[in-house]
Amino acid sequence: MPETMLLVPGRSSKQGTSLNKGKFEDEYQEITSLVEMNEEDMVRLGFNNGDKLRLKNPVGETIVTCKSKKATDLPHGMIFIAYGPGSSRLMESDTAGSGMPLSKHLPVQVEKIG
Amino acid sequence: MSGENVKIVENATCTFCGCVCDDMVLTVDLDQKRITKAKNACILGRAWYAEHYIEEDAPAAMIDGKPASIDEAVEEAAKTLVDAKFPITYGLSDTTCEAQKQAVAIADIIKGSIDTTTSVCHGPSGIAFQGVGESTMTLGEVKNRADLVIYWGGNPAESHPRHFGRYAVTAKGMFTPRGKKDRTVVVVDVRKTPSVPAANQFIQVKPGKDFELLWALRALVKNRKISPNIEEITGVSLETIQALVDKMKNCRYGALFFGMGLTMTRGRHFNSGALIALATDLNEYTHFVAKPVRGHGNVTGADNVMSWQTGYPFGVNFSRGFPRFNPGEFTTVDLLAKKDVDAALIIASDPASNFPQAAIDHLAGIPVVSLDTKATMTSKLAHVAFRTATYGINTAGTVYRMDDVPITLRKAFDSPFPTDEEILTAIKKRVRALKFPKNQAGDKVPPGRASQKEHWKH
Repeated sequence: MPETMLLVPGRSSKQGTSLNKGKFEDEYQEITSLVEMNEEDMVRLGFNNGDKLRLKNPVGETIVTCKSKKATDLPHGMIFIAYGPGSSRLMESDTAGSGMPLSKHLPVQVEKIG
Repeated sequence: MSGENVKIVENATCTFCGCVCDDMVLTVDLDQKRITKAKNACILGRAWYAEHYIEEDAPAAMIDGKPASIDEAVEEAAKTLVDAKFPITYGLSDTTCEAQKQAVAIADIIKGSIDTTTSVCHGPSGIAFQGVGESTMTLGEVKNRADLVIYWGGNPAESHPRHFGRYAVTAKGMFTPRGKKDRTVVVVDVRKTPSVPAANQFIQVKPGKDFELLWALRALVKNRKISPNIEEITGVSLETIQALVDKMKNCRYGALFFGMGLTMTRGRHFNSGALIALATDLNEYTHFVAKPVRGHGNVTGADNVMSWQTGYPFGVNFSRGFPRFNPGEFTTVDLLAKKDVDAALIIASDPASNFPQAAIDHLAGIPVVSLDTKATMTSKLAHVAFRTATYGINTAGTVYRMDDVPITLRKAFDSPFPTDEEILTAIKKRVRALKFPKNQAGDKVPPGRASQKEHWKH
């Protein structure tokens, strides 16, 4: 059964530096498809660093690579990804009359693939 | 030979993020057309300069993926925009104010909508400012006076690395001579970001509960009672909230800096509005200010230019011949996702990469005119694509720092590509000529103004 977790896209230093090298470069693609997860959640779910995960919600899905984060740095049930094409695929286009699509705190289903 | 023809550019300005640091010392290899050193730059600024190079072989203009002359491309771009029933102009946060001004003029002439990346950044804060007002300042004031700094829903250590050192945490000022020792710094966020080690206190709020925590703070500032279940609701204890209120009321000069943790989450402008209102409330007790930490180099300039040209900061429509503002209707994600627009002029932005899929799908199906310094997902799908010079490196001009302070750019070296301002000025001239052909008197004036001009003659 896929686990429902809260996806928080945001900026990171590596995302910023790789952006300057180019969005079509491997480095940017890798950084924007790397998801950080609470290490205790990873143990509970049987995930390892480097595992490929599918993040899915009613809007779309994206494939990411899993990386552990200290339990003190990332709450249980929350995952972090650097802004990029991957996080955009999970953003809904409805802006509730504000112009801003909800781009953080996105509930997504997480499952290991391959 | 490389290394002999070197130029030093002092007091150059980095335009990567909204800090717009204007103390760069650039070493430029004029033969290689590369910046080999950027003294004072942060990790993001170093990458901004180090990765900048001129793709000499790239065409300055393309039509349907094939190289074209700039004149041909300008003509095709103008026709595309004039032929459209409802064109949108979007982007603008990574170009100069001078270019932004031309883009507004184009949108006015073609009676389309114009919107900036603000709508998917701090647009909700812009809405909140209109509703609540703004207790504002310059970053210089913060550096010199602030003894309490609160970062809320932002991670400047990674997004604006010099914000701490230049302005708000370790910066030494007139009344803060010992820098960090003269300040208390608090970070409020849903996760322990790399900004937290710079703070004296980290307050971890439950995801989606920023508004509730801000409202609880407002209540306690006004000496009202709050729910005993506040910790269950927000994840923050009553004692912690009360202690923060005491700090805020008793500081000499407090500053709230807020990020997209407020604007991009449920509540959006209500979250920003609650924080701004908290700052306003605190002015009953001390001096308190609030400021969004803005992203792209000149996104604040885009807000300013839009505001002084149209009266509104983003999401503006000219279809009735005068500017109207309505987020949710005239903002770009909405216009694309609802398939309202039939052509797009995209300037210094890459919505084909970072918009929701429904918006990208429509963008891919309409004629797009793009201006960017390098190939992007948007330029690849564009009907007409211009490659332009990079602002702050290859062009001078004006940008606004995140605190609305205008800063003049210095050019480091020439680019073979035209500036955004030059291309947009050329497009403006052609759309005006196509939209308003010469009248019988030979005057290039809009039909509605012809009689007025005739009146002036008498």
